Amino acid sequence: MNQAATPNSFRSGPDEDGRFGIYGGRFVAETLMPLILDLQSEWDKAKTDPEFQAELASLGAHYIGRPSPLYFAERLTEELGGAKIYFKREELNHTGSHKINNCIGQILLAKRMGKTRIIAETGAGQHGVASATVAARFGFPCVVYMGATDVERQAPNVFRMRLLGAEVVPVTAGNGTLKDAMNEALRDWVTNVDDTYYLIGTAAGPHPYPEMVRDFQAVIGTEARQQILEAEGRLPDVVIAAVGGGSNAIGIFHPFLDDPSVKIVGVEAGGKGLDGEEHCASITAGSPGVLHGNRTYLLQDGDGQIKEGHSVSAGLDYPGIGPEHSWLADTGRAEYVPIMDHEALEAFQTLTRLEGIIPALEPSHALAEVIKRAPKMGKDEIILMNLSGRGDKDIFTVAKILGMEV
Amino acid sequence: MTARMDTRFAALKAEGRPALITYFMGGDPDFDTSLAIMKALPGAGADVIELGMPFSDPMADGPAIQLAGQRALKAGQTLAKTLELAKLFRETDNDTPIVLMGYYNPIYIYGVEKFLDDALACGIDGLIVVDLPAEMDDELCIPALEKGINFIRLATPTTDDKRLPKVLKNSSGFVYYVSMNGITGSALPDPSLVSGAVNRIKSHTDLPVCVGFGVKTADHAKAIGAAADGVVVGTAIVAQVAGSLSKDGAATADTVSAVATFVRGLATGVHAARLVAAE
Repeated sequence: MNQAATPNSFRSGPDEDGRFGIYGGRFVAETLMPLILDLQSEWDKAKTDPEFQAELASLGAHYIGRPSPLYFAERLTEELGGAKIYFKREELNHTGSHKINNCIGQILLAKRMGKTRIIAETGAGQHGVASATVAARFGFPCVVYMGATDVERQAPNVFRMRLLGAEVVPVTAGNGTLKDAMNEALRDWVTNVDDTYYLIGTAAGPHPYPEMVRDFQAVIGTEARQQILEAEGRLPDVVIAAVGGGSNAIGIFHPFLDDPSVKIVGVEAGGKGLDGEEHCASITAGSPGVLHGNRTYLLQDGDGQIKEGHSVSAGLDYPGIGPEHSWLADTGRAEYVPIMDHEALEAFQTLTRLEGIIPALEPSHALAEVIKRAPKMGKDEIILMNLSGRGDKDIFTVAKILGMEV
Repeated sequence: MTARMDTRFAALKAEGRPALITYFMGGDPDFDTSLAIMKALPGAGADVIELGMPFSDPMADGPAIQLAGQRALKAGQTLAKTLELAKLFRETDNDTPIVLMGYYNPIYIYGVEKFLDDALACGIDGLIVVDLPAEMDDELCIPALEKGINFIRLATPTTDDKRLPKVLKNSSGFVYYVSMNGITGSALPDPSLVSGAVNRIKSHTDLPVCVGFGVKTADHAKAIGAAADGVVVGTAIVAQVAGSLSKDGAATADTVSAVATFVRGLATGVHAARLVAAE
């Protein structure tokens, strides 16, 4: 459904109303409307302001550790016997994932707008930690909303946020997971409109967030494109990334969208399988709807009520997806496939043993897709995968599933 | 436009008093009880009824209305059943305007055209859809106006004079002024600030301006009603429902009467509002 005409460029969206085809938009309460218009006008100015860009680049280099390396996974490539596999090593960033790229960008914007308080939502706690980190670095008080269920299962990240000076508010409304945390953050924002900046962690929400978060994360793909050209003298055949809300994926995809020879693959959390309710495959198994400020693919019932997702990876445990991904799926420019919990867990162990890299469970989904595809591809072909986060946070979850004592 | 809304506000204007607009959640705590609540509202003094459409993710609502929505959904409420409530209500009351209030996704999934046709057939007079600001008018507002259903817009303290004309442009029925920046059920701000805001909006429109968010008692209703053309009460009514339920969340013999008694008290406040203003 909603098959869109092939545009001249896949990189020109969104339009001035924040739409990617039928997706995106600004579905927010009137109270927030003037705020997101302000944000948009400030963002429009910042993105062409050399001073803003210079500060962003400097913090990227000295605080985050950019550029992140492009790494040829030699032993994994040998083991699979097909395409050459490269990782974009976002897990080596400060705080251990790609999330910091966006947080640094948005905190600079918050400072520029004269805001004095930061709020954020978090699922697994990676975005919460990154938000608390930049809030500490720039001296802002920070409140992180986190579902009560997630507070329980992600205790180390809760402690990290508190060490960094953030207030972590457990959300008991609804089912106490990421979508409820996002609802609660929106309720805070609508109440504290004058001083508060809402630092959204993924490429979703009302315009301009999907565009802005994408642009802050596109540094991943811009670097990777240049690095692979230096290493191989050509573009990759396939780019693969895991998709929850989709910020790491859109970050690596976007600079390749107008390279028709590059196949783009997003990997959704298939959870325990698409037949039941326990998955987070919004595009593969969901339908278009409106939630959290944008129209996009959602997991929902026939009455338009939003369902809870499930994934072994808390970072993919969200019943929606960024609107640009929905558009890329409808136009056919990108393909979205599910990977089950058990496949991701196997991939997690494979990479740890073969390359000495413990990946987060989120990119372990992308890795499982790499493991499926590489053997069917020629040895002269190239796969680029976004290794978006490190797995230290996940060792307790994995130990529990494998029946090991930590 | 459906005539009921304009007729009702014209009559109230002639009477020289503001409207009492009562919100309750469709299907809370179950379909039959909420129908009985709805039928009891006009007799208790409600001039306009806001019928809440439950949604799983009510991001502009406080805890009381969140829980009401969860109770309704758990009891099997759907948008189709909420329309059915209105239809059954219309069998005995063809004068009280009904405004559906909620979020866009269930309407979008139901199908906008079908929803508007069914809403008209069920006797709906207006829509308040929290997450459809003026920027999204093509989605539902324009189609609703074309079919003759009022689209009631929220104006808030963040809606400045520059933005007000845009917000008011496709509004009809009445303007719903949200008394504070926040979610439903928060504390009521100073009534004098509210009356200033109401007058500001009135300088931009001839539509009645009604005020909601934070009105919980007859005294609040009286104070707010002094300046406004209507007073909206929601959370406090929903709290009456919650307070009357059994331990396992079921309706009791008191549920409908608790709501009716409470609304009667609010009506007394609203009816006395202009006496205050005249003093």
